[in-house]
Amino acid sequence: MSAVEIFGIVKGFGTGEARVQVLHGIDLAVEPGQLTYLVGESGSGKTTLISIIAGILRPDAGRVLLFGTDVHALPDRDLALFRLATIGFIFQQYNLIPTLTAAENAAVPLVAAGVPRAEAIARAEAVLERLGLGAMARRLPRQLSGGQQQRVAIARALVHAPRLVVCDEPTAALDAASGRRVMELLREVALEPQRAVIIVTHDNRVFGLADRIIGMEDGRILHDGTTMPPEELLA
Amino acid sequence: MWWIALRMLTGDRVKYLGLLFGIGFSTLLIAQQATLFVNLVGRAGNAVWAVPEADIWVMDAKAVAVDGTLPLPDTDLARVRGVPGVLWAVPHLREGGSVRTPEGKLERVSVIGVDDASLIGVPARFLEGSREALRAPGAIVVDEIGFRRIFPGKGARLGRELELNDRRAVVAGIVDVDPTFTSGVLFYTRYAQALEFVPGTRNRMSFILARAAPGEDPREVARRIEAATGLKARERTDWVGDNIDYVIAFTGIPFNFGITVALGFVVGVAIVGLTFSLFIRDNLRQFGALKAIGVTNGQIRVMVLVQSAWIALIGIAIGTGLAVVFIESFNNTDQFKGFFQPWQILAGTALVVALMVVATGMLAIRGVLRLDPAEVFR
Repeated sequence: MSAVEIFGIVKGFGTGEARVQVLHGIDLAVEPGQLTYLVGESGSGKTTLISIIAGILRPDAGRVLLFGTDVHALPDRDLALFRLATIGFIFQQYNLIPTLTAAENAAVPLVAAGVPRAEAIARAEAVLERLGLGAMARRLPRQLSGGQQQRVAIARALVHAPRLVVCDEPTAALDAASGRRVMELLREVALEPQRAVIIVTHDNRVFGLADRIIGMEDGRILHDGTTMPPEELLA
Repeated sequence: MWWIALRMLTGDRVKYLGLLFGIGFSTLLIAQQATLFVNLVGRAGNAVWAVPEADIWVMDAKAVAVDGTLPLPDTDLARVRGVPGVLWAVPHLREGGSVRTPEGKLERVSVIGVDDASLIGVPARFLEGSREALRAPGAIVVDEIGFRRIFPGKGARLGRELELNDRRAVVAGIVDVDPTFTSGVLFYTRYAQALEFVPGTRNRMSFILARAAPGEDPREVARRIEAATGLKARERTDWVGDNIDYVIAFTGIPFNFGITVALGFVVGVAIVGLTFSLFIRDNLRQFGALKAIGVTNGQIRVMVLVQSAWIALIGIAIGTGLAVVFIESFNNTDQFKGFFQPWQILAGTALVVALMVVATGMLAIRGVLRLDPAEVFR
């Protein structure tokens, strides 16, 4: 079974003359065990597409199957619970809760799923340990560097063992060396045979780490392969 | 998720303390003003409570309050005594008078004439002197607060003399009595002596105080008195209620206190609502991330409810605590003597403020519930 299958996804924003068509009938399949990069210039529709894949934005038309479940056929509450069980999110700005420690932040998906606090934090600390942040587990986000906060966000995305991980520009706020380390880390700890990882990125310095690179332009997929897309898609 | 909600709340010290201050202040203002109102209005009944022996008050048919009646002829006393079920009935006089203080100042006083034989009507708690001392010529018993007003300073208190309506009066006792609504100086004296102190017309008797015979219902006896005499007769607690109703109906007190209580509520809503809204807005991205991760709107409602309940609990505890401290600190002063803190006011205030906090929390959260989780990817 494919991790992600999408059929004829159409999405636009606004109404009337102000309406902007962002996605024009996207079809795509992503297999488990694949690290997939979604690349394209600003406005190409990649963030909209990943939002629809992750079930946080409803398409105007088309279907999204995640591990066989038609996610946009689910009512809002069931969709939220499906996301909680199935998807790990890594946001560009981390979105850590500033008053929680690193371990507590990483434990949030488990707590939301009803795991007791002590157990959730213990599991989160174990993931932070794998990410090299064991000594920082009791620190608040403001006491961590940008790269460390990014790793806490990665721990939060992986702590509940999701089957799909989606990342939005994970290296955007990092220097080249830190960005490459994060991508290597993601490949090392996030990628598993039963899990798919989709990363939205502009960063062509890390393209060599991807199993597959999908290039988008004007709401359409113009490149799908294992090599770097044409230079004009990355402008 | 409750502990995450609390950590989000308490981690932002400034807003957290701002919320507690707002709720605490609002609770204090509402509870304290409502307490002052209840105690102040309750003083309208103190003149009646001060005579526990009498369970029926008889007066002119048009009387509206202790300080609002027309005098009765002495013959009415015999008529009331003749009504079946009346154990005893005694005259009671309440009149205004003027006193020249030792410093030469003029002070308005209430002269209360009690039955010469039984002395029914004199307060029970004597601080100095005795009831029997009242039988001496010109003797008066003065309430503690009134005495201090007329005789400021120290020194012996019994035997002090003053001029009451141009007649010599001698202080024969000091009594501890809760002030009446008008908070004037109270002079208790024998009925016959009072008639000399307070010159007036032929009819002088303000009230007839009566007691129902054992086994008789005072309200029923009061009805019999009304039927037999054409006078107004009220059972004691009913008469207290009448006096309180009179104060509420004919003074601006409820309106003024009502404004302050409403102000406390508005200030509370404004501070709490504004701060809560700012708190939610500052955490909008975090709430958005939680929604994207899969936290449901129901869980977010519970989080805000927990936050509301927490600040309400602590803020209300602070506010009610301060209200109690205020009353306990000042109820020994002349202005607030006898004031107490009714638990019903604390409970009512707590309920109102808790509802206010939860309502403002639910209003503040609307933005989060409407928030599109995809926003966190933009």
